[in-house]
Amino acid sequence: MTEQRIELPQGTLDLLILRTLALGPEHGWAISERIHQVSSKVLQVQQGSLYPALHRLERRGWIKARWGASENNRRAKFYELTASGRKQLEAEKSDWKKLAAAVAQVLETT
Amino acid sequence: MFSDILIRLRALFRRDAVESELDDELRFHFEQQVAKYVQSGVPGEEARRRARLEFGGAEQIREECRDARGVSFFETLAQDVRYGFRMLRRTPGFTAIAVLTLALAIGANTALFSIINGVLLNPLPYPRPEQLVTLHESKPNFNTGSISYPNFLDWQKENHTLSSMAVSRSYSFSLTNLGEAEQIQGQFVTSDFFPILGVKPVMGRSFVRSDDQIGAAPVAMISAGFWKRKLSGEADVVGKSLTLDGKEFTIVGVIPSDFDLKLDSFSAVDVYAPVVQWNNNLLFDRGAGLGFHGIGRLKPDSSLGQARADFAGVTGNLAAAYPEVNKGIGAALIPFKQRMLGDVKPILLVLFCAVGFVLLIACANIANLLLARASGRASEFAVRAALGAGKARLIRQLLTESVLLGILGGALGLLLAGWGTHAALKALPETLPRAGEVGMDLRVLLFTTSIALLAGILFGLAPALKISRTNVHDSLKEGGRGASGARKGAHGVLVVVEMALALVLLIGAGLTLRSLEQLWNVDPGFNPQNVMFFGFSLSPTSLMTSPAAIRAGFRNADGAISATPGVQGVSMSWGAFPMSGDDEWLFWLDGQPKPTTRNEMNWVIDYVVEPDYLKIMGTPLRSGRFFTTQDDENAPKVVVVDEVLAQKYFGKENPIGKRLFLEIGQGDMEAEIVGVAAHVKQWGLDTDDTESLRAQLYFPFMQLPDKVMALAPMGMGAVVRSRGPAPGLFDSIRHSVQQVNSEQVVAGAQTMDEIISSSIASRRFSMILLGSFALLALLLSSLGIYGVVSYLVGQQTREIGIRIALGAQRGDVMRLVLGDGVKMALIGVALGLAAAVGLTRLMTSVLFGVSATDPLTFGGVALLLALVALAAAYIPARRATRVDPLVALRYE
Repeated sequence: MTEQRIELPQGTLDLLILRTLALGPEHGWAISERIHQVSSKVLQVQQGSLYPALHRLERRGWIKARWGASENNRRAKFYELTASGRKQLEAEKSDWKKLAAAVAQVLETT
Repeated sequence: MFSDILIRLRALFRRDAVESELDDELRFHFEQQVAKYVQSGVPGEEARRRARLEFGGAEQIREECRDARGVSFFETLAQDVRYGFRMLRRTPGFTAIAVLTLALAIGANTALFSIINGVLLNPLPYPRPEQLVTLHESKPNFNTGSISYPNFLDWQKENHTLSSMAVSRSYSFSLTNLGEAEQIQGQFVTSDFFPILGVKPVMGRSFVRSDDQIGAAPVAMISAGFWKRKLSGEADVVGKSLTLDGKEFTIVGVIPSDFDLKLDSFSAVDVYAPVVQWNNNLLFDRGAGLGFHGIGRLKPDSSLGQARADFAGVTGNLAAAYPEVNKGIGAALIPFKQRMLGDVKPILLVLFCAVGFVLLIACANIANLLLARASGRASEFAVRAALGAGKARLIRQLLTESVLLGILGGALGLLLAGWGTHAALKALPETLPRAGEVGMDLRVLLFTTSIALLAGILFGLAPALKISRTNVHDSLKEGGRGASGARKGAHGVLVVVEMALALVLLIGAGLTLRSLEQLWNVDPGFNPQNVMFFGFSLSPTSLMTSPAAIRAGFRNADGAISATPGVQGVSMSWGAFPMSGDDEWLFWLDGQPKPTTRNEMNWVIDYVVEPDYLKIMGTPLRSGRFFTTQDDENAPKVVVVDEVLAQKYFGKENPIGKRLFLEIGQGDMEAEIVGVAAHVKQWGLDTDDTESLRAQLYFPFMQLPDKVMALAPMGMGAVVRSRGPAPGLFDSIRHSVQQVNSEQVVAGAQTMDEIISSSIASRRFSMILLGSFALLALLLSSLGIYGVVSYLVGQQTREIGIRIALGAQRGDVMRLVLGDGVKMALIGVALGLAAAVGLTRLMTSVLFGVSATDPLTFGGVALLLALVALAAAYIPARRATRVDPLVALRYE
């Protein structure tokens, strides 16, 4: 395991999951793979955080799950964004952008 | 959030499915990961190893997912319950004791609550019961006297606030057309009686207004029981006839079997007939009460206050119209339930308090046991705490266990209560009004469930709090035996509380016991031993004969009864009879002008009897003479008065030879006083002294005016003294009486002892209950002190061992250990005495002849409790003196 890893800040995992699912329904492994790939292998989501987060999001009603067939025809649990999940994603996205901009500003200012 | 609830519910009820889905999901992930590594060229085994490493603890992920789903509350509960059961099973002795103690306490509480619920709380089983009232004439002597029939008719006509009203009166009929002649219990009622109560006949019809008319055809309603028993439940019973007192009555309806009412002179009986069918020439005498009491229903828009004002007006008009009989007579309207329950409320509340105390003591006891057990489990909890269990989690676990105990105890208690209430009510059916309505219902179940849960939390609190204060580090270090100081404190407080509660209960029970003892020592004014009272009726045909023939009939019956082997003496008894029935006459003294109104006359309790009566009853004659057979219808009229009358009306003068005028029937009668007898407790052992009407007068039965004698053949009473106990005597008397005339009947025999004990039955009932609660409390609290002292001895074994090793004598050790117990007991007793002084005042109304702070009871009970506590502490203390220092020091 030579990839360089960064711990995810609190609360960002939900945002990443929602963002990933905005592209279409996906099962858990694929979600973590995609985050890994898209972040140029910087972000690695641990299973220990991924699944509790998925269950939590499901309970809040932002995503829903159904069983389907995976690309190699195995039974897998797919998650997809719900309407309220989409709204939540937009809200969190803008929050995040504001936060990131603010943090950047603080860091740049001397 | 709907999805939230759905997911939680699914997680709760489809737990296995959810878990296995989670497993599938995680396995899929794992295998995808392995496949990925294999694809990138890692060999199979290595790929699996790497994936597993990365994956971490699957169990931990599962746990976190569970938390994320938010089902942990129920799951933890289920877990705690399972764990709790395991702990309880592991200590079967403790569990059995705790559950049994609780079951007894909760059972007693449930039983008493079901009685209170049935008697006090539940509405009466009649439509709109709050509209029902009872009606009485209020007279100078009684607030609730009987109503004369003409006054009733006027009240009915004149009032504007009752939608309907009715009167009733009990009566014994001679039934002669269904098998052997027998006396049956009847009631005369007016037509609205059953409609007011909403009682509808199961067959036929109720009485109607036309049945109340003079000259109406005789009709009767019968009880369902009588219908089944005497008429074998035939379907065509309506229209059949009953020969009652020689008159043919047509059955028009059958009263349902669940109708049960006891109120004033009314009780549910076999036969009901309209009042006008009563063959009594005094019925339309406005001055004759004749034992009628009324019931009524308020109009929906009238209040009780309005009705009372209305009746004050009505009776005022009647007093003006008939001053000679109605002056001073008003109407009393009393809410039905209040009248029905009488004075049972304070006693039930006292008992309820008592039984609540028992539950508190039981809780304290179990809390003590749990505390001791928690000390034993201290290291278990310390280990769990060290492994990361939060304090809240541990407290929750402990509370779950204690609530579990509470529920087990409650369930068993419910069984005990169901059985116990049934047994108690069966043994004492007469004592309690509405006893038939007592049973389990939703409210009782709710009550039991809540006290079981509350009790569980209450006694679980002490150990839980203790755990929350325990320092993990210290516990582990000390190997499970913490410093004993704080613990002794908690145990001590519980024992002190128990002792105090038990003392209050014991004092309460002691006071009622003393009351009962005082009551038994009251001289009733007669000797109840070997005396029997029963109902007697001549043949119904004698109603049609002359007064002379009636007197002859009674003389024959007297002869037959006194000739029965075993009978020492017999007397007919009319009018009042001690502790069972009252009757009053009016009189004025010779030398005074005849009062113009009844209001100005004097009231006296009348006993119409025969010459042997005083000897049979064993009532002492103070002076003069009693009646002889010469005091008959042809002789000058004589009376014997009691010492109360003599004192009240003649003071220091000798009443013998004085004359008075009696109003009997519709005429006045002059009579001479020939003797003074001792006072008899007519109103019962406890209340007689405080009644306003206590003067008594004996009148020779044969001297009754002819008009009154004509009523005597039916429903007469007779009293007999036997030579020694005579079990079969009543049957022999029945035999001799029916030898004379097969239509003569005797019925309802009661010994005088039975009459006295039923007059104090409710006191005895409460004494027995209070006594058993107090004993239970004594037992529990002495077990408590025993348990705590034993526990402390166990805790102090090492200390005691050291002391002995250092040369302490056995006596010193005994003093040390016993001292703890005695200190707790004494503080408890002192607190209990203080509490009792405050609390027993509340039960003054149920006491007799003892003060609520009777020093003898207080002192005796305190001493008893202290001794029992000492004995309970002595056993473990003695064990402490046997501690072998070598063993004790090697301990652990």
